[in-house]
Amino acid sequence: MAFSLEEVLALEPYSLGKEEKRALYIRALSELTRVHAGSCREYCRILEVLGHDFTSDVAPENQPMLPVRLFKKYELHSVPREEIAKVMTSSGTSGQQVSKIFLDKRNVRAQTRVLTEIIGSFIGKKRLPLIILDTALVKKERAMFSARGAGIVGFTMFGRDVIYALDEDMNLNIPEVQAFLEKHMGEKILLFGYTYMIWQYVVQAMREAGIKFAVENGVLFHIGGWKKLKAQAVSPQRFNESIFETLGNVSIHNYYGMAEQLGSVFVECEHGHMHCSIYSDVLIRRPGDFSVANPGEKGLIELMSLLPTSYPGHVLLTEDEGEILGEDDCLCGRLGKYFKIHGRMAGAELRGCSDTYEQR
Amino acid sequence: MTNIEKYNEAFIESFGVTAEQLPSLAYQEIPEWDSVGHMQLIAALEDAFDIMFDTDDIIDFNSYEKGKEFMAKYEVEL
Repeated sequence: MAFSLEEVLALEPYSLGKEEKRALYIRALSELTRVHAGSCREYCRILEVLGHDFTSDVAPENQPMLPVRLFKKYELHSVPREEIAKVMTSSGTSGQQVSKIFLDKRNVRAQTRVLTEIIGSFIGKKRLPLIILDTALVKKERAMFSARGAGIVGFTMFGRDVIYALDEDMNLNIPEVQAFLEKHMGEKILLFGYTYMIWQYVVQAMREAGIKFAVENGVLFHIGGWKKLKAQAVSPQRFNESIFETLGNVSIHNYYGMAEQLGSVFVECEHGHMHCSIYSDVLIRRPGDFSVANPGEKGLIELMSLLPTSYPGHVLLTEDEGEILGEDDCLCGRLGKYFKIHGRMAGAELRGCSDTYEQR
Repeated sequence: MTNIEKYNEAFIESFGVTAEQLPSLAYQEIPEWDSVGHMQLIAALEDAFDIMFDTDDIIDFNSYEKGKEFMAKYEVEL
């Protein structure tokens, strides 16, 4: 049976157990591989070199995976150039090549819908007052979207009455945030930002100014690497404690995703576990021979997503290190694999998403 | 201002288009109606009619004409 995203969108985001999900992924990823092989010449050539027979369905672990850095070197798309609506770039630090991800309207829409399903399952379908813990920079750089800008715009959809807490020079606008909190007193407040930005320009700035916000009922979603925080010896636990201390009563969800697979993000549950939704899956590979690692064993993270249709990015090998913690049995009740990220693999090229604001 | 005038004005203000362009206007068909412009339009409509769209409807609101159906859903008669 041909795969369509619609059949998955009809389900709850964390509702498929191991066997059902595997059956779906055998069918869906094989179909995506065939589609891309038929419409992306470079991808087809890669499959030829790998000797991959895409005519029959194969298990997810046997799908050919592309290293993420391939998207920096080559322009890979599976729809004609004139149908590309948006070129997403990963915001690599200066001097590095950026990934270019080619999206047509259909793919953009799929990403938006899936992000809505996933985030909505945590906060509900009702839009909430939203504080973006970043600058309104997205309004300036519209043509060539960075992942950071896209992440912000994507998130504004969950807000009504949206404010940006930082000005153009990354200064925290304290009176504006305070006025916003007063205006929405008694309501649930949504907050969004990039992990390092929040630490550097919100938490640290508030400590220096010696002030605290009193969020009564907030939900914070944050994304981005921990590299710079690790360098400052800031653990996730310390980060969370600092958020409680400076912002107030906020439930915190770290999430993981990359420019190469926007939309199908991995969100941390209330037990601190990063979860795969039905839209994506994770495998851990041993760096030596790329064989599949066991649960609890560290290795390279391979990401699978059902969304990429306009570029061959449905099965990617990242340069991040992680481990599977379990499957279908998290105390939060969500089905699917849950995992832990240990950060960038040693020796991997430095790249970052929230880390691209150069300190002056 | 009538409701249809307010509806039109939201597009004209958000995208800097003329009234003649409205009937054929669709998401991502003009540079101004990108994802950033889209949220500006949504905010303008919500302010003008004192309504609040569901996130699903924000995604499906993809053209000037299609949008009219959503206004009906939020009990705005154009």
